[in-house]
Amino acid sequence: MAERSDGLSRRDVLKLAGGAVLGAALSGVSLADDGTFALPPLPYAQDALEPHIDARTMGIHHGKHHAGYTNKLNAAIEGTDLIGMSIEDILGDLNAVPEDIRTAVRNNGGGYANHSLFWQIMSPAGGGEPSGALAEAINSAFGNFADFKSSFSAAAGSVFGSGWAWLEVDNGALSLSTTPNQDSPLMRGKTPILGIDVWEHAYYLHYQNRRADYINAFFNIIHWGKVGELYAAAG
Amino acid sequence: MAFELPSLPYAEDALEPHIDARTMGIHHGKHHAAYTSNLNAAIEGTSLDGMSIEAILGDLDSVPEGIRTAVRNNGGGYANHNLFWQIMGPNGGGEPSGALADAINSAFGSFADFQSAFSAAAATRFGSGWAWLVTDGGAVSVTSTPNQDTPLMDGGTPILGLDVWEHAYYLNYQNRRPDYIAAFFNVINWDKVAELYAAAG
Ligand SMILES: [Fe+2]
Ligand SMILES: [Fe+2]
Repeated sequence: MAERSDGLSRRDVLKLAGGAVLGAALSGVSLADDGTFALPPLPYAQDALEPHIDARTMGIHHGKHHAGYTNKLNAAIEGTDLIGMSIEDILGDLNAVPEDIRTAVRNNGGGYANHSLFWQIMSPAGGGEPSGALAEAINSAFGNFADFKSSFSAAAGSVFGSGWAWLEVDNGALSLSTTPNQDSPLMRGKTPILGIDVWEHAYYLHYQNRRADYINAFFNIIHWGKVGELYAAAG
Repeated sequence: MAFELPSLPYAEDALEPHIDARTMGIHHGKHHAAYTSNLNAAIEGTSLDGMSIEAILGDLDSVPEGIRTAVRNNGGGYANHNLFWQIMGPNGGGEPSGALADAINSAFGSFADFQSAFSAAAATRFGSGWAWLVTDGGAVSVTSTPNQDTPLMDGGTPILGLDVWEHAYYLNYQNRRPDYIAAFFNVINWDKVAELYAAAG
């Protein structure tokens, strides 16, 4: 997700940039010049995903929930060695995070990374099916796109409480998983390339208890071009 | 003998403005109803059929493994919401009295200290879950559980609970969980909580 195509870590980039303002990084994860994490802007208008995801939900989800995770992540890592590390490196080795901030980093760092990916893999021009190498990998793992869709939907429907369903890559192979709360496949060494947020805040204003309708609608806005890019980058 | 969805002990709009009528209607008529029917579906034809929900949740290890997660989640959801509707009321709020007040003061120092401990437990539960006031042998304590887990699973008796799943407050409060927690204190039915405390002995 926030993999840099040039193979540089965030720390490398900060060194190269010599403290200059970097603006948005390649993959939706933004850096501020002080090495803290910045809330990436939505890559489309708040109402762009209507009617599948309503503008009010998008506004609160991004401007309050994602912003809250970002602020709390920065507060947790302030003054520690984690400043300047990429979120992938941090989440990929939570055991190395000082114990007194580990839960805060897990929850808020997970929330930061997960939502940064989530905005990117949706688009007003989304929907349809993947093509190319990603389509082949999906067919090889699930049989066909319809079978992938029903397995992914079942996974998202089965999360009890708050969490996410994922399509993830491990050594080129695709698999599905779910995580509770803001846990991320990165914590298990996998690269998520598609994720659906099934916290109730992601759909309650529009769908209330009808999570299945939200999951179904999500397929109308998946940005398969972006997912294909992330798949290629994870290769 | 199947579990039945209890009716709300007051009108859906009775807790306005603290909990809105639409939230109450969906929460009771959809969420609680689904836990009830999913629980019944899980235990149908098993030896659990006919047991009390307290007995089932108090000994989950005895529940057949094939249905244990379904019983834990839906049985928890069934029991937790049963309690939740009861310990709120349109004439709620204020402070407890009598033996319950004594137990709270003895455990927390004062009602205000209890209120902040309970509110902090409710605010810090990450994701979905509940905050509780639990009694065990007369002493009271505050705790929280994830998802639909209940203190009954650890042998405690919950006498007050606050649902902090987002479905409990999102329509009215969105991300502002602390506002919902503060509002909850205006609808707590302390007489009922005291009754439950007395019954728990
Ligand atoms: Fe979210
Ligand atoms: Fe609930």
